[in-house]
Amino acid sequence: MMASGYSAKEEDGHHPGASGATGSGVAKSKKPDNTAFKQQRLPAWQPILTAGTVLPAFFVIGLIFIPIGIGLYVTSNNIKEFEIDYTGADMSSPCFNCSQGPSWNSTWPCHCSIAFTLDQPFESNVFMYYGLSNFYQNHRRYVKSRDDSQLNGDKSSLRNPSKECEPYRTSDNKPIAPCGAIANSLFNDTLELFYIDPNGTRTQIPLMKKGIAWWTDKHVKFRNPGGTNLNLSMVFQGTAKPVNWHEPVYELDTDPENNGFINEDFIVWMRTAALPTFRKLYRIIQKKSNMTPTLPRGNYTLDVTYNYPVLSFEGRKRMILSTISWMGGKNPFLGLAYITVGSVCFFLGVVLLIIHHKYGNRNNSADIPN
Amino acid sequence: MESLRWVQHRCRRLLFPESGLSWYSPADSPPQKNRTTSGDSPAYKPAGKRRMVIARHGPYQDEYCSISKGYQGNRIRTTKYTILSFIPMNLFEQFHRIANLYFLFLVLLNWVPVVEAFQKEITMIPLVVVLGIIAFKDALEDFRRYRFDKVINNNITKVYCGKQRRYVDKCWKDVCVGDFVQLACNEIIPADMVLLQSSDPDGVCHIETANLDGETNLKQRQVVRGLAKQGSDVIPENFDSRIECESPNNDLNRFRGVLENPNKLRVGLCNDNLLLRSCTVRNTETIIGIVVYAGHETKAMKNNSGPRYKRSKLERRLNTDVLWSVVLLLVMCLTAAIGHGLWLSSLKNPAFIIPDGISPVLAGFYLFWTMIIVLQVLIPISLYVSIEIVKLGQIYFIQNDVDFHSGRLASGVQCRALNITEDLGQIQYVFSDKTGTLTENKMVFCRCSIAGVDYPHEDNARRLELYRDQDCDDDDDDDAGRPTTKVKSRSSLRSLSCRSLNCNHSSVSLHTLTGCEMEPDLQTEPLDGGAPRQTAFSSHMEKDVIPDPQLLHKLAQLPSPSLPLLYSTGDSSQEIPYIVDFFLAMALCNTVVVSSPGLLLPNLTLEVPRNPIRSLEDLKLLFPRFGVPRFAALSSPGGNGLQEAESPSNFTQRLLFRMKGSASSFALPKVDVGEGEDSPVRAPSPAQVELGALVSEAAEAEPWLEVESGGDGGPDQDEAEELMYEAESPDEAALVHAARAYRCTLRARTSEKLVVDLPGLGHLTVPLLHVLPFDSLRKRMSVVVRHPLTSQVVVYTKGADSAIMDLITTPKDDRQAADRLRHIRERTQLHLDDYARQGLRTLCIATKVLEEEDYAMWLKRHSYAETSIENREELLQASTSELETDLTLLGATGIVDQLQEQVPETIEALQAAGIRVWVLTGDKQETAISIACSCKLLRATDKLLTANCANKEACEVLLADLLKTVEDGRGAISGFTLVIDGWTLELVLRGGLEDSFLKLAGCCRAVICCRSTPLQKSQVVQLVRDKLGVVTLAVGDGANDVSMIQMADVGIGISGQEGMQAVMSSDFAISRFKHLRKLLLVHGHWCYTRLANMILYFFYKNVAYVNLLFWYQFFCGFSGSTMTNYWVLILFNLLFTSAPPLLYGILDKDVSADTLLQLPVLYQAGQDSLTYLPSTFWYTILDALYQSLACFFVPYFAYADSDISVFSLGTPINTSALLIILLHQVIESRTLTWMHGAVLLGSAFLYFVFILVFSSTCVTCNSPSNPLGIGVRHVSDPLFYCVCLLTTVLALLPRILYRSISNSICPPDLVKAAQMDRLNPDERKRSIQLWRASQLAALESQSGGGGPLLINAEDEAYRQGVGATGSAVS
Repeated sequence: MMASGYSAKEEDGHHPGASGATGSGVAKSKKPDNTAFKQQRLPAWQPILTAGTVLPAFFVIGLIFIPIGIGLYVTSNNIKEFEIDYTGADMSSPCFNCSQGPSWNSTWPCHCSIAFTLDQPFESNVFMYYGLSNFYQNHRRYVKSRDDSQLNGDKSSLRNPSKECEPYRTSDNKPIAPCGAIANSLFNDTLELFYIDPNGTRTQIPLMKKGIAWWTDKHVKFRNPGGTNLNLSMVFQGTAKPVNWHEPVYELDTDPENNGFINEDFIVWMRTAALPTFRKLYRIIQKKSNMTPTLPRGNYTLDVTYNYPVLSFEGRKRMILSTISWMGGKNPFLGLAYITVGSVCFFLGVVLLIIHHKYGNRNNSADIPN
Repeated sequence: MESLRWVQHRCRRLLFPESGLSWYSPADSPPQKNRTTSGDSPAYKPAGKRRMVIARHGPYQDEYCSISKGYQGNRIRTTKYTILSFIPMNLFEQFHRIANLYFLFLVLLNWVPVVEAFQKEITMIPLVVVLGIIAFKDALEDFRRYRFDKVINNNITKVYCGKQRRYVDKCWKDVCVGDFVQLACNEIIPADMVLLQSSDPDGVCHIETANLDGETNLKQRQVVRGLAKQGSDVIPENFDSRIECESPNNDLNRFRGVLENPNKLRVGLCNDNLLLRSCTVRNTETIIGIVVYAGHETKAMKNNSGPRYKRSKLERRLNTDVLWSVVLLLVMCLTAAIGHGLWLSSLKNPAFIIPDGISPVLAGFYLFWTMIIVLQVLIPISLYVSIEIVKLGQIYFIQNDVDFHSGRLASGVQCRALNITEDLGQIQYVFSDKTGTLTENKMVFCRCSIAGVDYPHEDNARRLELYRDQDCDDDDDDDAGRPTTKVKSRSSLRSLSCRSLNCNHSSVSLHTLTGCEMEPDLQTEPLDGGAPRQTAFSSHMEKDVIPDPQLLHKLAQLPSPSLPLLYSTGDSSQEIPYIVDFFLAMALCNTVVVSSPGLLLPNLTLEVPRNPIRSLEDLKLLFPRFGVPRFAALSSPGGNGLQEAESPSNFTQRLLFRMKGSASSFALPKVDVGEGEDSPVRAPSPAQVELGALVSEAAEAEPWLEVESGGDGGPDQDEAEELMYEAESPDEAALVHAARAYRCTLRARTSEKLVVDLPGLGHLTVPLLHVLPFDSLRKRMSVVVRHPLTSQVVVYTKGADSAIMDLITTPKDDRQAADRLRHIRERTQLHLDDYARQGLRTLCIATKVLEEEDYAMWLKRHSYAETSIENREELLQASTSELETDLTLLGATGIVDQLQEQVPETIEALQAAGIRVWVLTGDKQETAISIACSCKLLRATDKLLTANCANKEACEVLLADLLKTVEDGRGAISGFTLVIDGWTLELVLRGGLEDSFLKLAGCCRAVICCRSTPLQKSQVVQLVRDKLGVVTLAVGDGANDVSMIQMADVGIGISGQEGMQAVMSSDFAISRFKHLRKLLLVHGHWCYTRLANMILYFFYKNVAYVNLLFWYQFFCGFSGSTMTNYWVLILFNLLFTSAPPLLYGILDKDVSADTLLQLPVLYQAGQDSLTYLPSTFWYTILDALYQSLACFFVPYFAYADSDISVFSLGTPINTSALLIILLHQVIESRTLTWMHGAVLLGSAFLYFVFILVFSSTCVTCNSPSNPLGIGVRHVSDPLFYCVCLLTTVLALLPRILYRSISNSICPPDLVKAAQMDRLNPDERKRSIQLWRASQLAALESQSGGGGPLLINAEDEAYRQGVGATGSAVS
């Protein structure tokens, strides 16, 4: 016999908290539908990873990866690349003198030229890069130090650059155009390439300065304020040049299509590099005809107008000449990695096959645990 | 004052949700105990916080206004917020979570310029989204509450209006304290009211508290004493009494107050005078009450509790790992900070450093905070939200499981706690109540012993067997795999009896049979929404008792005229008076309410509470036509004082009762009208009496199994069939039904008399003098009646044998009689022990004849006790005990409480799953053991250890002894079962013997605690939970299990026969014990594995992704730079990889439900937390580290020394990370449905669309990580795909390899089970049997040989196993 004490259940049939989620009151009498979803019987694929099920995948991966890897490796090997360090850190280097001198403030240009020899001719278009090492273009505060709307031609930003540009925002109470640390540290060496004929004549190799930036950057992201036809010096009147620059932004080039914010060297620089050792496209040497190689085998001179100081942070400056394939520049890593992974997979496939033979039968028939 | 208190209460609830959660939490305003010492003065001294209620339209208008100002109106508001307060209050609540605060801190940190990592706005997005989702959920819930409130507040009720001087319709919300409310039958009470007037002549009214506690039995309420005697209607204007009562409190069982007349006459008010809000008026035509508590001050509202919050084991585990993540985060940030400092100090002002004059040390310090912002994703903010969503999904599936809805209650499963679903999969100990949990709590009279003679009732026993067999037959097709299991389908049984009854009853009367849900009946239709059952404790199994022929024969001698003589001689050697008294006691000594189903239909739809009234009015109209003769037939020659009682209203009531009884079968009344016309109205003619006797004789001659034989019942039979008994406890109903089987039918009950049929004597009216109700202290109840045959004052007492046997006396003067009585007592005790051994519940029935003067004296004391306000309970207790002495033993009854279906199978499965099952019961030891045997808790081969001792020392020795026995016997005996009684348990718990007890219990397969109190139950649970550190589950169905349910990690309530208390305090509520099996083995397992896997996946995902950023720091001078677009970085977790893990957490299914049910051993994976061990966590972190290394360095080397820009490098890394993370989930998933496919592909698709759209439209936005052109360039670059492919494969290689090799060489049980799921059904069946066989064999080898039972089982399984391997080979 029970003492029939009672206590309250739910206020007037509904419940304050739980009901919201559980519907304890409502669900009480309703018999749920007998559907596959509600009864958790949806038809399902049930992958159980065992040696037997996985080993085909390993073989397939092996079979696919090794050819890809070989392809990549061959492609990478076919790319011709030449690299020369012109930092001048060595006493022996022709640029040693220049490297000791320059600072951002020096106006006196220092020239040096480095001779080099190409053992193989470069057949197709050759891309000329400058490479910097130990230059942290990806530093958090450096990356932020720019004003995209100023670079996009926004006039109010031109006069009043973003605060992110500090401390390269104003100079002498005038707004800096382009503002920020990235623009301020623009790479300002000039590289020229001369071919030395076997008979000793120097021929300057024509370097294309246009077409080195991304199309979207050149045409969408970067714009001079006030359109293209105006006199740029007028537009930029009232702004100051970045402190490290020798000339204002409207004097970067004489070509109006490559001047001001849409100067391609500038645009390339502004796309900050991901890693501290990087290269940036400097010029393109276009193939002239099918008969002669773009850069024939032989001796060359690289003439450098040495402005950019890198030794303070143990940086290096390089000039790179490279042809280009569908996979970009020369990089054997990917090919080797594919081959390695493919081989490992193949090997693991064999191991799994052994395991499968040893243990698989036991598991596939009815199980005997022990 | 009151409203202030209420506000305080609400605030407290709001701020500290835990405080108001416990169901048994102390009352918010504990009722004041009046501490005046003058015990004999009934004066009521208002002191402390009391409330004065005056009629609103009564004579004291001014006073009313001043007093009632502070009282709340009846409008309720359960919403937490208003439109205005929603945002601030919701935010305030949300920031109580540590995780949210942490992220708020991060957002604020990002506003500090020196440490700013991202754009300020971007960092806010995750927090805003998370807060937004939760706020939306809260708002939705609140809106639901608001709508419910509105419905409730606008219910209509009749309230007295002072201007119109009548009762007018008003909304509930406009009801005030002091209003007079008139309610009709089946209406819902709008506020707590004191009952002032009832249409019932006795001034009673019945209410059903189903809305309050789920109990459908009727409770009687009494008009305030004194008022009823006035006889006239209560006129509100003239109501000049004042009511003084306690301040509002939440004690539903207590109400104290006084009603003071202007002439200073004070009448005590008690719980019996109070009508509680949200109860339903039943069986009473109209009532009028005065509102004393309204709105939130009503007891129903005060008892309201919100959902329960518990923290699961998995969540505790999770929190430690979140702490590890924090440590990891700090280590990473510190590394970066130190690295940055060192790096800076080695530089000499290069061009890429922005000069700011900060020393490297300070810069490193700033960087530390920047890194915390950058790497914030490591602390999974979305994890907490995701877990909540996943648990909602899991609960959705649990609640939608059809298997929980089998059976007649159809109440399914309720998940009341929202956040411990995964604990269901880790249970190690189950503590179960017995009555109502393992058993039906359907008491069926089984046998009895009268005056020392046992009546075995063999036919009845056979009948019960039949019921069980029927149950079994129904189930065989349900569960083909296991022929022994039984899914009980009560409805089929029910429909069977319905059909057989259909032959001889009109279809209209059918619905009056208890809750025949099969019947497509008009009146039962609205029921589908609410009532779980219509009538308490009256299924056919309980009702159709087959009498014992021997006893029946003895009883048949009753009508002999010598009977009164026998009584008058007082010759105790005669058996007949014993038998008559025994049956009278069975019929009378109870609080059963006799009613008929017609008016009982619970009308739970609040909108139309008035419908039944019309039928009542109709009945009144019908009354002149046929009512009188019907009524006359009721009276009997034996009835004394019947005539005077027939006031017109009483008459109507009786008529109603009859009408209900005959269930508007109009063929019957017509006959009666014909009869009635020629019989006098008020004096029953002898002819009629003869007719009655004839009918009853005819009925007697009929076969007893009328239901099964479909025999033709006479009109009287018909009517008897439709009587319905509403009992407070199933035992009572069982006894009344049993008495009725012997034609001792309880016909009607009012507060002053009972009408009883006796075989051969017809209707007898028994004046009821007193009812001394049951309480758990006395363990007995009594009624004081005037004996119908001897007119003596007689006390009938029934109760537990321990409570009665001590009160039995043997007369000292009469030796012979004393011998005889002693003989009877010994014999009865013998029978009692025998019953207990059979697992029957025993009750003793005793009687006592009171001398008139003794009675008068006792009455005086008792009525004094009743009217006193001070110490009323104590005084009543004393006077009751005084009466219940010197009893004469009549006999004993044995009531069988049948096991619920599938209990043995469930217990077996739980034990096979490695769960220890303990049974805690208040029953006798013998009963408990016998039940334990029948539910296979105790196997035939087990050795039983009993621990009963009297004092601590003995207990200590005994425990040591038993432990030794166990250690000696280990290996030789298949298992031990410990039985401990309440007293010994008390000694153990108090005497510091817990350790040895637990050690002993740990060696036993099962423990049975009998004779234990509710407190002990919870103490045992606490002991095991805390000392052993295990996950416990308590399951029970009654109020006595509440503390145990609350103590356990998981509390399960069985929504059974004993109201809703257990359910209300539980975390999950199920309707049958057998559902525990699927709940734990299937849903528990799934919930645990799913959630554990999802949590691990979250950790993996965050670590893998965040480390990409960390590796990058080594290449950007530890400057806190990121190579990822900020938007992608933030949305990666929030958008691109959020849905798949949710789906994984809700839908993943490692092993099918069937296999889990058939191989309970699989449950142990959850118990041992195999899915989420600390080592698993660290392996996961290691894997994540490896994957992030692969994911970072493959692109790094692929793009090294190229012209790649910062955010271009990020794209292949991000893309590979996304692919890796999604494919990792595919590897980890056990099931992939079309939904998984859709979500995985959708996520990847969304990512690419986002990248492309963003990179082609964002020109100057999102500086400095402006993505213009990047996405498009990558997508058209074959190298990008080469990099992504290689990265993905390389990153996932180790995990695939590890999984496949471990699954091949030493597959975990779960994997083996999953493999079985893929076999075809025959093979699967065979391999499952094989598995079980090998398990048994393992057990065997452990214990080194067991009972013959086990060997047999192994043989069989072994043979099947051989067959299986044979076929596999061929």
